[in-house]
Amino acid sequence: MENDQIDKIIEKHQSDASSLIQILLEIQRENRWLPKDAIERVGERLEVPLSRIQHIVTFYKAFNLLPKGRHEIHICTGTACHVRGAPRLLDSVQDLTGIKPGETDMDMKFSLETVGCVGCCALGPVMVIDGKYHGKMGPSKSEDVLKNYE
Amino acid sequence: MPRIKSPAELEEFRKGILSKRDPQKPCIAVCTGTGCIALGAAEVVAALREEIKKQGLGAEVDVKVDIRETGCPGFCEQGPVIVIYPEEICYLQVKPDDAKEIIAETILAKKVIDRLLYVDPVSKEKSIRESDVPFYKNQTRLLIGNNIKLDPKSIEDYLAVGGYTALVKALAGMKPEQVLDVVKDSNIRGRGGAGFPAGKKWEFARNSPGDTKYVVVNADEGDPGAFMDRALLEGNPHAVLEGLLIGAYAIGAHEGFLYVRQEYPLAVDNVTIAIRAAEDLGLLGKNILGSGFDFSVKVHRGAGAFVCGEETALLRSLEGKPGEPVARPPYPAVKGLWNKPTNINNVETWANIPLIINKGSKFFTSIGTEKSKGTKIFSLVGKVKNTGLVEVPMGITLRDIIYKVGGGIPGEKKFKAVQTGGPSGGCIPEEYLDMSVDFDELAKVGAIMGSGGMIVMDEDTCMVDVARYFLNFLSDESCGKCTPCREGIRQMLKILTNISQGKGKEGDVELLETLAETTRDASLCALGGSAPNPVLSTIRYFKDEYDAHIKDKKCPAFVCKELISFYIDPDKCSACMICLRKCPVDAIIGGKKQIHVIDQEKCTNCGTCFEVCPSRFGAVRRLSGEPVPAPIPEEARNLAGESK
Ligand SMILES: Cc1cc2nc3c(=O)[nH]c(=O)nc-3n(C[C@H](O)[C@H](O)[C@H](O)COP(=O)(O)O)c2cc1C
Ligand code: FES
Repeated sequence: MENDQIDKIIEKHQSDASSLIQILLEIQRENRWLPKDAIERVGERLEVPLSRIQHIVTFYKAFNLLPKGRHEIHICTGTACHVRGAPRLLDSVQDLTGIKPGETDMDMKFSLETVGCVGCCALGPVMVIDGKYHGKMGPSKSEDVLKNYE
Repeated sequence: MPRIKSPAELEEFRKGILSKRDPQKPCIAVCTGTGCIALGAAEVVAALREEIKKQGLGAEVDVKVDIRETGCPGFCEQGPVIVIYPEEICYLQVKPDDAKEIIAETILAKKVIDRLLYVDPVSKEKSIRESDVPFYKNQTRLLIGNNIKLDPKSIEDYLAVGGYTALVKALAGMKPEQVLDVVKDSNIRGRGGAGFPAGKKWEFARNSPGDTKYVVVNADEGDPGAFMDRALLEGNPHAVLEGLLIGAYAIGAHEGFLYVRQEYPLAVDNVTIAIRAAEDLGLLGKNILGSGFDFSVKVHRGAGAFVCGEETALLRSLEGKPGEPVARPPYPAVKGLWNKPTNINNVETWANIPLIINKGSKFFTSIGTEKSKGTKIFSLVGKVKNTGLVEVPMGITLRDIIYKVGGGIPGEKKFKAVQTGGPSGGCIPEEYLDMSVDFDELAKVGAIMGSGGMIVMDEDTCMVDVARYFLNFLSDESCGKCTPCREGIRQMLKILTNISQGKGKEGDVELLETLAETTRDASLCALGGSAPNPVLSTIRYFKDEYDAHIKDKKCPAFVCKELISFYIDPDKCSACMICLRKCPVDAIIGGKKQIHVIDQEKCTNCGTCFEVCPSRFGAVRRLSGEPVPAPIPEEARNLAGESK
């Protein structure tokens, strides 16, 4: 990500250090993950020590410190999905993709994450791929869905 | 849009909006909340718009039918949901292909399409109007009922249903103290978890010394299985803003913050649009409606940390710091955001305020039980037929919620328990189904109201697994700052994991109880303080399941993977090859006309074979606590020649 893009986001927040989390979230929304350079730039511009930013990006789960695959799979592990079989869905998606939550495969095809309730409990278990919701997912159905992604 | 400078001008503006609206003009309200979108609501909207044009109703200047994209009315199970006004005809599970018929039949020919109506599964009776559908009929929808009536992106829609009248009433006709008195008299208790009386909290903040004070909306909604705050914020953001404005006026705050969970992008969008519209109209900003009262609001997105729902952690996060809780007192009302007096309430609490101001505290206290007033929205999910958001008066019985509103348990399964209150809550067994639901009654049986998550569990739910699930969640989410919470949760989780893997020992349950007490009593914030609840309540009511896991190495609900196995009944197998093809680890041996057998060495217990075996065969069996029968000898596997 270019520095002037980052600067623009920082300026939008009036270079206010209390907006640190919001700024990082916005950078991530543009770039999908937070490269080291970007974090350093933010620290410099806001005059916040890097150690504090480190603390923040590791404390909050939303931040990705590694690049993401072409497709982001989110499996809901909220309570409603759990009692409807989310653990088995997660197992089978792990088997199919060969990655665990938090990981990206070697071809950079899929990244896998778990997420608490996505608010579609009626459709549980729910798998979200690149923002598209797939409901009532069983282990065998998930295979059919994943096949469609290149 | 004009900037409105007085209550009279606002009424003028409202009249203008209403005069341009013909209540007889057909309007199709389509839920475009997250649940219905997942079920294809956006495609339904597109198809309806297309048909309106095709069937000649969409001339540029004079559109003969309106489409309104609304927030969630709650009946997610049957989505996409549409309601057609003025008749209030409710269609469920609408597909894009239905659009043509809806426009031709219902809009033009004024005929009801039978097949899209709700059909009662028992009586087979059909319901035409939204209010006749049993799911809705048994609710009291004071808050969420408005969702289907307005486009959350339109402040005009909110004004058209009487929005901001409570603000006018407060600013123009009441002193801050009077507003405070009404809220105190209403006895409303916070909807975010602890159920603390909102009026009292407001009074603390009001009486705290200092000129700069803040008000905050807690929209972190961390309970993994609850989404009422999202539905309110997505579907009716102005109601929350109006409540916040009134609270700020009563407390003497001039700045407010909405802290919204980052998993809720649509809620952030809609509330941001709402704030902008209110600013443009002059309902936010300086000298609101000529009253001399100034107020502005900012939206702050969370970054994925459950503990940030806890008020002191949330305030740290708002300051741009890691969201670690701090010990109370001092309470936020005294020393909150940037050390200034701060009042923080949950989304649903704020959304109740306009109602209380408009209808008065007497109206509000007429609903509910002695110590819990008003309605509460629950997210009724899990093993229940009518999944969705339900708003009911406090004091209703669990049975009425689950059976009357929820329609009971699907698939003729047996009810086992209902879990309320999220990770800090507890599981309530069948014997308490007739208890009335309010803050204090729930606490009596070892559960809590929490934010209103209500997860129904049936015979296929393992209670040890449920306890393990919540502890696992909490161990991920504990911020780690205090030892009792961090270590207590970790140790309890370890024991529960062992039990669920068949490695449980005599004495584990007692050890869990001891750890639970220490964690509860010594933790810094309520995350640790309430973390033992799921463990204690499952031990209290389902000790037999713990015993089965520990002593018999058996999971009665067939959930704990290490304690179950799958077996194909040779008498029932028709060698259809389905499971064999679907098995992800090629653990099924067999072929055409060859009875299938599971290679227990290879099997990972994923359950795919059980899931895909056609119900007419039902050949795959789950076993737990008993040995798997030996596979039938190879020579006996041939089905050729047999007619099946
Ligand atoms: C671990 C933890 C998580 C919480 N999460 C939430 C939440 O997601 N939403 C919420 O409104 N309150 C949450 N609370 C409760 C808040 O601390 C606080 O009591 C509440 O926002 C006050 O609002 P109310 O009085 O309107 O309920 C949580 C509390 C704890 C201890
Ligand atoms: S628990 Fe998965 S969508 Fe709610």
